[in-house]
Amino acid sequence: MTAVPVWRKRNRREALTVWLGWIAGILLFAWSWKAVSDATMWVFVADAHIQAADMLSRMVPPRWSYMERLWRPLWDTLNIATLGTLLGLAIAVPVAFLAARNTTPSRAFARPLALLIIVSSRSINSLIWAMLLVTVLGPGMLAGIVAIALRSIGFIGKLLYEAIEEIDPTQVEAIQATGASRLQVLTHAIAPQVMPALAGISVYRWDINIRESTVLGLVGAGGIGLQLMASVNVLAWPQVTMIFIAILATVVASEWLSAKVRHAII
Amino acid sequence: MQVSADDLLVLEGLSKRYPTGDRALRDVSLRLPAGQVTMLIGPSGAGKSTLIRCVNRLVEPTAGRVLLRGEDVARLPASGLRRARRRMGMIFQEYALVERLTVMENVLSGRLGYLDFWRSTLRRYPADDIAAAFALLERVGLGGFADKRADALSGGQRQRVGIARALIQSPEILLVDEPTASLDPKTSRQIMRLICELCAEKGLAAIVNIHDVALAKMFAQRIVGLRAGEIVFDGPPADLGPDILTRIYGEEDWTAARETDEDDADERPEDPLRLAEARA
Repeated sequence: MTAVPVWRKRNRREALTVWLGWIAGILLFAWSWKAVSDATMWVFVADAHIQAADMLSRMVPPRWSYMERLWRPLWDTLNIATLGTLLGLAIAVPVAFLAARNTTPSRAFARPLALLIIVSSRSINSLIWAMLLVTVLGPGMLAGIVAIALRSIGFIGKLLYEAIEEIDPTQVEAIQATGASRLQVLTHAIAPQVMPALAGISVYRWDINIRESTVLGLVGAGGIGLQLMASVNVLAWPQVTMIFIAILATVVASEWLSAKVRHAII
Repeated sequence: MQVSADDLLVLEGLSKRYPTGDRALRDVSLRLPAGQVTMLIGPSGAGKSTLIRCVNRLVEPTAGRVLLRGEDVARLPASGLRRARRRMGMIFQEYALVERLTVMENVLSGRLGYLDFWRSTLRRYPADDIAAAFALLERVGLGGFADKRADALSGGQRQRVGIARALIQSPEILLVDEPTASLDPKTSRQIMRLICELCAEKGLAAIVNIHDVALAKMFAQRIVGLRAGEIVFDGPPADLGPDILTRIYGEEDWTAARETDEDDADERPEDPLRLAEARA
């Protein structure tokens, strides 16, 4: 009689480790749940549905007439998002070329510096950038635009340098082989390959920036957030609803537009 | 090695060791007279691609000299290398066209070595270059394709664009890396024939890497066999018998392969491109 061959994906020890890992994970979750529960005042949660229903009843109907005072801040919001994206793009593109392994002029110096710029931009939320900038530049749209731009550098820079690293190297070789200079290789072999990615990333970031710029007003950096803050402060719930509707419509419109643009480019 | 006046390209003691430690080329010496089409055969990993890329320094050789009309390309600084590369047209296995650009832009990119940065960026190519590009497209059988995007073409058509891009450089030599490896047998022959005809018309020399021994024998004036980074055969296609093939590739029943070679040879006159050209 021949022995039936035995095959297992994991040996005993590995299987045991995986099981212990799962048990540890479940214990951690249970412990966290308890910690959260202890820190929650359940008295408040108990009547949450009553509170929510109460707030909703105050919020409807929206105060439609308030809209005429929202056009201007809404326009500001769009401008903050668009100008911020453009400014971010202008800085992010060179940074991405410095960060990509295959285009950086120096791996020892330029690349780490570019990566540092990208990481620091990404690690700070635009609302926090805006808070800092309102202190530096004073309240208003400029602080909002710069905040959006600073946050966009990291996002666009990271996605773009990854796209640059993924280009087809033989197309680059082919252009080098014609006797083209480094800059010509950039414009004739690398740029055509990353253009669709760049267009897609920019439109996507613009879309995100519209949403982010609606809250910048909370810290005084211009846009519709200022009206939202003021309305919440005076408990003018019908106005808050109106602002929500305006923001929702803008976001939906921007998503529709960016989908169209991306489709047209790619 | 004595360099004589009619040698276009002379390789002397060319060696390449990759950072991984692989010795792709070991002390290769070769001289190519102007106008000669040499086919480089050998098993995968024998160093064929490395050899071609060491000539125009897409791969930096570790040792040896690459003399193009007596000038050592391996020692040239960046600006000199650009000028030397203009004189060497390269054709690639996977065509290496810039996929998102049009056929015309791809062909004209062969002139980049002659243009300054702003002119090329604004796509303001000299009228002579544009006329040359149209003439070449017509010659490779792609008249009317100028405004098509490269990624809309078939494999054979793309390789024709690749050929036009190499030729518009007005090179003295073509470096051709597996031009037919991604093509079907019939298109392969058409492409090889086109390359060889153009070399004859313009008096160009060529080094052609090729896997297909039958195709090499059909079109080569000279065959060089490479094995493990060393030249193990150098002679006319007629000398390429079973014992030589064994020396290059290792033990195999080569007689079976030879019979199909002869079948292939019978098909030649049926080639549609050839007929089309005969009519034209």
